Amino acid sequence: MDVQRKLEILADAAKYDASCASSGTEMRDSSDGKGLGSTAPGMGICHSYAPDGRCISLLKVLLTNACNYDCLYCVNRSSSNVPRARFTIEEVVKLTLDFYRRNYIEGLFLSSGIIRSADYTMEQVVRVARSLREEHHFRGYIHLKTIPEADDALITEAGKYADRLSINIEVPEERSLARLAPEKDVRAIRRTMGRLRLKLEEAKPDEKAKTRPSRFAPAGQSTQMIIGADAADDQTILATSANLYGAYRLKRVYYSAFSPIPDASRALPLAPPPLMREHRLYQADWLMRFYGFEAGEIVEGSGWLPLDIDPKLAWALRHRDRFPLDVARASREELLRVPGFGRKAVDRIIETRRLASIRSADLGRLHIPKQKALPFIILSDHRPSPALLDAANLAQRFKPKAAQLRFDF
Amino acid sequence: MNYVILAHETDFDGWRQAARTLVLDGVRPEDVTWSVKGDEELFAPADAASPSRLPAGTFNVPARFIELARIAILHRDRERFALLYRLLWRLRGDHDLLDVATDPDVISITAMAKAVRRDEHKMHAFVRFREIGREREARYVAWFEPEHHIVGLAAPFFARRFADMPWSILTPDLCAHWDGFAVSFTPGVGKAEAPSSDRLEETWRRYYATIFNPARLKVKAMQTEMPKKYWRNLPEASMIKPLIAGAAHSADAMIANAATEPHKAQRRLEEPMRRKTATAADNLETLREEAAGCRACPLWKDATQTVFGEGPSHAPIMLVGEQPGDKEDLAGKPFVGPAGQMLDRALIEAGIERKQVYVTNAVKHFKFVPRGKIRLHQKPSTAEIKACRPWYEREKAAIKPVLVVAMGATAAQGVLGRITPINKNRGHLIDLDDKTKALVTVHPSYLLRLPDADAKAREYERFVDDLKMAAAFLRKSARAA
Repeated sequence: MDVQRKLEILADAAKYDASCASSGTEMRDSSDGKGLGSTAPGMGICHSYAPDGRCISLLKVLLTNACNYDCLYCVNRSSSNVPRARFTIEEVVKLTLDFYRRNYIEGLFLSSGIIRSADYTMEQVVRVARSLREEHHFRGYIHLKTIPEADDALITEAGKYADRLSINIEVPEERSLARLAPEKDVRAIRRTMGRLRLKLEEAKPDEKAKTRPSRFAPAGQSTQMIIGADAADDQTILATSANLYGAYRLKRVYYSAFSPIPDASRALPLAPPPLMREHRLYQADWLMRFYGFEAGEIVEGSGWLPLDIDPKLAWALRHRDRFPLDVARASREELLRVPGFGRKAVDRIIETRRLASIRSADLGRLHIPKQKALPFIILSDHRPSPALLDAANLAQRFKPKAAQLRFDF
Repeated sequence: MNYVILAHETDFDGWRQAARTLVLDGVRPEDVTWSVKGDEELFAPADAASPSRLPAGTFNVPARFIELARIAILHRDRERFALLYRLLWRLRGDHDLLDVATDPDVISITAMAKAVRRDEHKMHAFVRFREIGREREARYVAWFEPEHHIVGLAAPFFARRFADMPWSILTPDLCAHWDGFAVSFTPGVGKAEAPSSDRLEETWRRYYATIFNPARLKVKAMQTEMPKKYWRNLPEASMIKPLIAGAAHSADAMIANAATEPHKAQRRLEEPMRRKTATAADNLETLREEAAGCRACPLWKDATQTVFGEGPSHAPIMLVGEQPGDKEDLAGKPFVGPAGQMLDRALIEAGIERKQVYVTNAVKHFKFVPRGKIRLHQKPSTAEIKACRPWYEREKAAIKPVLVVAMGATAAQGVLGRITPINKNRGHLIDLDDKTKALVTVHPSYLLRLPDADAKAREYERFVDDLKMAAAFLRKSARAA
């Protein structure tokens, strides 16, 4: 089998991993004249976008799609009849370098099916990273999938070469994982995430210590949850995320709407992926991480996020007694809870209001959607009528017209 | 009217010098006309040039303005020089002007700078090198059409990234070259000067086509980040149309087609994640294995793992704490966090060797509530302490210690089986059963929480005294045995 055919099989096998981030790592470059590559400052670089709207930043492949496990939701499960392939270490290394030199990618995201044992698989993955770093002095980005229960020495070595490590939690509820992925063990996944956090913290440079601790995955660890493959509601999903962020200091939890796969198992909902739900979960995740919301207050009552309006607007509609808010006086925390107010807009408001009063015409200049925000705020030339906030049909104003709803759920 | 003619499109120094002179001469923004050499204003007098004379006097502008101006001047909009001058003029009377995010001039300049930065970022992303020659002789050449005057701004990035290969980026405005030592610039060229193909482009296109998931078509999201204007120079862009056209068909096929029967029998070469099997001889090990899957109360769910006791299987003394903390939960070992370090220090001072000691907790899962990026420790309830008590009792039965030290109220409740105030009961031995005594003291984390240094030192002394009492009892019972 030629490399091009292998690439097709092993990229196809890898595409259900949502993460393609190349951000948040240490600064490196090759200006010392030895080796190739650099890391990008800030947000990372997306070198292309596929028609699914996803960023292509890394060469995302599996080392092999042969797998011992039979996880129902997975394209690579052992009972599937998809064609199988395996890259040699050298093939992945060469492909990464060739793509990198042409500026197609920021680096490599390498994962693998579990073959032989956790340790054997992890070792193969680490060998690719070792070759890139030690033999080719590659300074680009490397994301490695960590195999749960792999030996500590292998994980330490993976962290020495990788920018980011990840282990997928797969589904939000432990009992559904037991049903869908009988060989996977949430406890083993969590223990490994715990080990990663301890290693990440050990690697943080201590101001007082003279020696620098050895390097360990400077871009931290992340995970992915599949949405819609089991019956878990949004409340369960967000509670799991809050738990994972708090327990293991994850950089990101990725939500991946369960999507039909080739040769799919009939035990799963074979329907178009719930993309709108995935989008709402990302919004809710943002509210937890950057807007001071607790998981429990984002979803109240039914356990589900509304699909037709965003979760912050939904929260504001449930808590109308907190509004209208006077933009000239409200605290940062309060402003962050106004529908339509983004973090940057809030920063600008706080800077601007020291010097000038904010009027309704300014909202557009601050990139704030006027219709969404106005019922909830007081400006120097605007005060919403009390009847509006109390009106039973206020929610109706924000809902898109029925014809625009195109997402199957 | 004052006419200023700048030397070239990105002549920031020329603009700065002219603007300085004009401001000091009191020339109002509406009385200046800006243009660039070769593209002069129609009515500019023949002698209009960058002023060489510098009037006396100084004035200050915020450093942020200079940063912003250096970037905004790279924008292709011909009005940028005048806009920058107007801002400079206004800044003298209003030093905080840039903070007024709602001011139209501030909005314009910020938007210009943002557009330039975005174009720079897109150049970093969308330049595609093509190889000329092979292996050690290879050179890499790219063709790119930037929207603004950003080649000089964007080039250092490529020099740092591709330091070990000679490259050129050709554009209609300006070309950048790297020879392994320095970046140099030459005038712009036509597209025909750049190579038209590369041996890896077919592989790249295949990758692009396979990494795409046809079940999640989101063409708009793609176009927002990768606008059509870039497509003509991206080798993978030729795939976009056919991929979109085929998407619905391939997604439907995946849904419609039933899974096929596996061709080969499912057999595993090796059991994944094989766990240690318990041996009847090693009682404590059996217990540990059993406790790992404990579901006796709901605490297991949010925690990482059961944190079982640790120490020699026949330790004469058993130390019981409250529950594992954040670090213990991650490591799976008791007393590895800050409280554990304090305990180790106190044991040494009391003359107790760590190898004589078995340490465990009354509750073996970490109880907490998540608060953003931290986990706040929660006190276990009586029900949870009760649910966990059998593990402690079985540990004790296996180890058969002569003394159990309960540290803190939760531990005392677990060990004695009832709510027991610490201060009333510390300082003397309590009969636990006919073979074992108990001693009650504070938990080391209590000492860590005391805010006052004096109180901390005093309480620490008392804690060590309690442990010394334990040490004395151990010596006595060892002599008796």
